[in-house]
Amino acid sequence: MPTENVVEVRGLVKSYGPLRAVDGIDLTVRRGEVFSFLGPNGAGKTTTVEILEGLREPTEGSARVLGLDPRADSARLIRRTGVIPQDFRFFEKITPREAIAFYAGLFGHPKDPDVLLRQVGLEEKANDRFENLSGGQKQKLGLALALVNDPEVIFLDEPTTGLDPQARRAIWEVIRTLRARGTTVFLTTHYLEEAQVLSDRVAIIQHGRIIALGTPEEIIHRYGRPEVLQLEAPPALATLLRKSLALPVRVEGDQVEVEISRKEDVLTVLTAVQASGVPWQRVTTTRDTLEDVFIRLVGKMDEAGARAEAGTAPEGRDP
Amino acid sequence: MNLRRVYLSFQTLARTYLRNRVGLFFALVFPVILILLFGAIFSNSGPTTTALDVQNLDHQSPDSRNFTALLNQTGVLSLTFVSPGVGNLSAYLAGQGGTPGIVIPAGFQANLSRDQPVRVLVYTNPTDGSQSGIVEGAVQGAINGMNLEKAGGRPYVFLVGLNVGSTVYTYIDYLIPGLIGFSILTSPMFSVVNIASEYKKEKIFRQLSLTPLTRGEWLVSAILWFIVLTAISAFLMIGIGQGLFHAHVGFTLLLLPFLVIGPALFVSLGLLAGSSAKDPESAAVVGNLITFPMMFLAGTFFPVSEFPPWLAAVAHVLPLYYVIEGMNNALLYGNVVASLEDLLVVTVLTAIFFTAAIRAFRWREK
Repeated sequence: MPTENVVEVRGLVKSYGPLRAVDGIDLTVRRGEVFSFLGPNGAGKTTTVEILEGLREPTEGSARVLGLDPRADSARLIRRTGVIPQDFRFFEKITPREAIAFYAGLFGHPKDPDVLLRQVGLEEKANDRFENLSGGQKQKLGLALALVNDPEVIFLDEPTTGLDPQARRAIWEVIRTLRARGTTVFLTTHYLEEAQVLSDRVAIIQHGRIIALGTPEEIIHRYGRPEVLQLEAPPALATLLRKSLALPVRVEGDQVEVEISRKEDVLTVLTAVQASGVPWQRVTTTRDTLEDVFIRLVGKMDEAGARAEAGTAPEGRDP
Repeated sequence: MNLRRVYLSFQTLARTYLRNRVGLFFALVFPVILILLFGAIFSNSGPTTTALDVQNLDHQSPDSRNFTALLNQTGVLSLTFVSPGVGNLSAYLAGQGGTPGIVIPAGFQANLSRDQPVRVLVYTNPTDGSQSGIVEGAVQGAINGMNLEKAGGRPYVFLVGLNVGSTVYTYIDYLIPGLIGFSILTSPMFSVVNIASEYKKEKIFRQLSLTPLTRGEWLVSAILWFIVLTAISAFLMIGIGQGLFHAHVGFTLLLLPFLVIGPALFVSLGLLAGSSAKDPESAAVVGNLITFPMMFLAGTFFPVSEFPPWLAAVAHVLPLYYVIEGMNNALLYGNVVASLEDLLVVTVLTAIFFTAAIRAFRWREK
């Protein structure tokens, strides 16, 4: 059933006193996809994922994982899910091999620790104590433990935060392998590149609300600026192009920029440039990355928030 | 309750513990140091004798020597003879720090043979009442012996000195149950309080909550581990006590329930203290506030019977008091009924603390 929803969230709210850490979230995660929850620190990512793991109770709304209530059906759910919490910690004096054997025993899954250690790339540190592992190695052990019970869905809460690029890529590799095997992955991250390269779909969350949801392509297309064709050429070219083309043209420094909305526009622009007879140097095209879109979306919300605050503040003051 | 999971949790806890030198030191090495230390200090304090300086001014006459022999036979005095040359004995004794002494006057034998009364001078230190009592009693006993002999009589009633209990116990015998109690108290309290708050802070409990291991299984595995530690410690205490200090106490069947229920009591109490504290620092304070008064006031190093009444009343509200008292009754006095009564108190307290701990101890936030 490739379209079955593994995670279903409706109107989810989590309040801590007056603060609404999660403020009405709706989302679904389909079986077999890598779903990324992208947002700045404090946006509500961890709170949401901890509700899905059954670690926190929602204030309002509903969350179902594999059709089960994460809190009421916790005992059944933990056997079918895997979890790496943010900043994974374990018994300091226990080695990765012992930790995996311990978990395998608890779950009653006879698993060869060496196979899992190899899968996460930790075989060389199999007999080192947890306290002596690096940050990346600790996260790898967390990943191995989350995989002990062959979970149908795995929740990874910022699994690569604070890791060096090499360790981060090693974790990505494991996530790709999981996806290839059909495991559903729910990932939270504040690294845009990570969300863009790994995810089938992304939700951008800010102040407890989802502000964009879709594949990285869809989000860039919907919220990004149009693709731009840039030519290193004198401003005279811009004047000529404005006459011959129906596309927006502007001058930025020594660049002439033309916004294009369709692939065919590229040919139209270049033909017009050739016909103008103005000499030009270099041609490039740029389009927004998920990062550009993210910064613009999150920035806009912060500006709106600041405006709202500035507007209400004087009412609270004495004249 | 799944026994396989309890075993796995026990194994992980044991590994963590055995690889942590500090925990192991306090659980096993520290009580050994204490028994060696206290054993060495007090091992000669069994049947005590009181030192007595004797100044014989009667030139070692047979009668005066007969009198000192009688003093020796009382068994409670160890005599040191002071030369008549030192002069005034009172001044000499004062120079010695106020030790007791007697003067056998010149003409002791001559006066006796002429049926004239003889005055033996006894100097005692008024600041040490019990010592004075012993000296005066013993000297009086020797004088009575002399008088009886002189009058041609013979004794009919004799005194036989025995210690309380069926065997002759020394300080080390009282120390062993106390130190087993010390282990029962401190090895769980010093580490479970810390574990409970540290694992909460580091979110290790939360991590475990995402496995099939239950809180009850974890708690039982912790209790089992501290039972093992306590049993090892009890073996060491009794072994060292018997091997090095000639202790008389040994294993009795009635010791076992205390070695099982005692750790369960203090693991529960430690978990309760650790999980109700906000952070590891305040947990340590709470743990110490519970542990230290009990460590000294529950009869660990000093018998509660020697406490002033108000302090003894305090001791009676400490759970450890009933553990140690129960072991004393089992090991020293052979008082099975009293020991079972203490065991009942300990069992009820354990049930209360276990229930409270399992309620207070959460490994997930709300």
